[in-house]
Amino acid sequence: MSASRIPPETIAERLERSGVDRRHFLTFCGKLMVIAPMGLAITSKLSPEAVAATVGAARRPSVIWLHMQDCTGCTETLLRTSQPDLASLILDVISLDYHETVMAASGKDAEAALRDAMDANDGKFVCVVEGSIPTGNDGKYLYLAGKPGLQVLQEVTSRAAAVISMGSCASWGGVPSSGPNPTGATGVDQLVKNKPVVNIPGCPPNPYILLATVLEYATTGKVPALDDQHRPKFAYDRHIHDQCPRRAHFDGGRFAKQFGDEGHRQGWCLYRLGCKGPVTHASCSTRQFNEVVDAWPIGIGHPCVGCTEQHVGFTIPIYDTVEIEHPTPPETYAAVSPEHKGISPMATGVAGVIGGALVGAAFIGSRKLDDNGDSSQNDGKE
Amino acid sequence: MRANAKPIGGRLLTPSYKVILLIAAIGVATIIWRFAAGLGATTALSDGYPWGLWIAFDVVVGTALACGGYAIAILLYVFNRGQYHPLIRPAILTSALGYSLAGLAVAIDVGRPWLLWKVPVMIWRWNVNSVLLEVAVCIMAYVVVLWIELTPALLDRWSQSGQEQLRRRAERIRPSLDRALIWITALGILLPTMHQSSLGTLMLLSGPKLNAIWNTPFLPMLFLITSVCMGYAAVVFETTFSSLAFGLPKDLRILGSIQRVAAIGAAVVVGFRFVDLGLRGVMGQVFQLDLPAILFWIENVLFVLPVLMVAQKRVVSLGSLFRSAVLLALGGTLYRFDTFLVGFNPGRGWHYFPSVPEILVSVGLVAVELAAYIAIVKTFPILSGVRETSPTAVD
Repeated sequence: MSASRIPPETIAERLERSGVDRRHFLTFCGKLMVIAPMGLAITSKLSPEAVAATVGAARRPSVIWLHMQDCTGCTETLLRTSQPDLASLILDVISLDYHETVMAASGKDAEAALRDAMDANDGKFVCVVEGSIPTGNDGKYLYLAGKPGLQVLQEVTSRAAAVISMGSCASWGGVPSSGPNPTGATGVDQLVKNKPVVNIPGCPPNPYILLATVLEYATTGKVPALDDQHRPKFAYDRHIHDQCPRRAHFDGGRFAKQFGDEGHRQGWCLYRLGCKGPVTHASCSTRQFNEVVDAWPIGIGHPCVGCTEQHVGFTIPIYDTVEIEHPTPPETYAAVSPEHKGISPMATGVAGVIGGALVGAAFIGSRKLDDNGDSSQNDGKE
Repeated sequence: MRANAKPIGGRLLTPSYKVILLIAAIGVATIIWRFAAGLGATTALSDGYPWGLWIAFDVVVGTALACGGYAIAILLYVFNRGQYHPLIRPAILTSALGYSLAGLAVAIDVGRPWLLWKVPVMIWRWNVNSVLLEVAVCIMAYVVVLWIELTPALLDRWSQSGQEQLRRRAERIRPSLDRALIWITALGILLPTMHQSSLGTLMLLSGPKLNAIWNTPFLPMLFLITSVCMGYAAVVFETTFSSLAFGLPKDLRILGSIQRVAAIGAAVVVGFRFVDLGLRGVMGQVFQLDLPAILFWIENVLFVLPVLMVAQKRVVSLGSLFRSAVLLALGGTLYRFDTFLVGFNPGRGWHYFPSVPEILVSVGLVAVELAAYIAIVKTFPILSGVRETSPTAVD
């Protein structure tokens, strides 16, 4: 982190210098393409090689990472890749100049590191915030180097180019804000109004969303397109439910009703167990964690808790069911040639009796009318 | 004319009336069961045959047989034949009862009846291209029109009743009702013209699922003509039957001329159908030895027999009138059943024959209609020309 202050090298140069082999970088670029299949300039390419060329030519973005009222889970998810090489590669792709968890320095040295990092890339670095900011009681619930967290946030973000709220806590307050909220936990975008703020909610969010956002910014100088809650659209424009691998069970009406029951063991839909997939905007169902297939809540048999939605995650009880936001007609229809119950002999019998009774009644009625009518005709003649 | 109509009077709870009430009660109980247990448990309906007996009989046949009011109104108000006036009030009563029960049958048949109220209310949600909407709205409106057309009978009863208060209320309402009735009557002719033809359009929409014998672009027209024929037949049937039941004097000439009009309609239908089959190039299908072809011939025989009876001037007695009317009504009924159920083939493997609860509900609804009819004509001035020494009803 005490690297030379001369212009930062490009990502390709850095990777070459640290001896990262190209295959790993292409794998990384391929994963970026999966997490952001559309909506990002860096990944709208035909092949991982093309993405690698664009990303490789970009200068390594300087990232300053602030810890607020958090559990460090978001940092863990960034570092806990299943392959150790990928974690170091991530740290080669971005220039993580200040991060309280991974840096070696402590005390005064750490403070100096933050100051140095801000001076070196003044107005150009990306500030990532992890954890909610306590605003209650003048921000006295969190102190960093003798200063309230709120003040540190304002000092750092005022010199940043863009701010990224990593995780649900930084996005809107997350777990600490979900009542009674004594610390007044608040999201970054409520406090920082003069900088572009990108919310990446999740508990934790997928680290590739962060990387794609940072690299998009490093390459094009712009933050990705955001939705009304400042979430990048490329990762948060669809419901979990829309792309869920268990969706066919939902449409087919096959639900797990209890943990461990037949349906649960068969991998049926978890909606009845309280899955928030139908109301939760996130890409977990297409991009799973730690490069491991099915490493996400629904994949391991637990309902989605809706951690990326402000009024769902940590607010609606985990096992309460939600209203389906966009009901769609079932995708399965009745068979063209079904095995079907035949004609009931009882019904044909009843129909026959009634039909016979009617015919008989009509016959007798018409005979009666003949007698009656003849007599009345006779009356008329007389 | 109005003054001629008198309540039949007499005891209501005769033994035969009790039998009718029993059948009606069984039907009502079955209806309650249907709402408690659902369609799947009580009917033979399936994804292939979503429309069964309740639609084919209670709605499609039921409203056609209830077209008496419409058919007589055409003669009376469009062709200005005043001599048919004594027939209009009983015909309107039958129509009102028939259409009301058809509406009830729809409510029993639909999968989510608790949403039915939205049809007439949520106008902004209407799909104006939907035939089903046209039928639903038209029938709902016509039920209201029919009961308004019947209100003079109620006012007459109020006027004739001894109570001064009721009499004055009747006198107060009558002028405004008389002014409105011309428009109501016009609606009463327009609405059935619309939905009776649309009932044919419904099956036209099923495309190749409908057997070619019935699947003609003229289906709406054929449904309209047969509905008028069935309306006339129902009036003849009803009048002859009530003359038998209540011993009313009857005018054979009027009934005979109505039956003649109905027979002309039936002849037109039969002739047109053969021309249509030929023009569409599917004449061969009616000469195969299969169920649709056999039923087609039975339909035509049922239509032709009354025509022959009228043409050979055999319709001279009440009995022969009754027989020709029944044959014609049966022909129209079979034609509708064939179009909606027999000629409809949703694909291999689907079968439909009404379940016992379906039959009980249909029979029960007819019993309800009969019971209501008898109760109303005994209480309100509907039927005309009661003799002074009225013989007791034949039970």
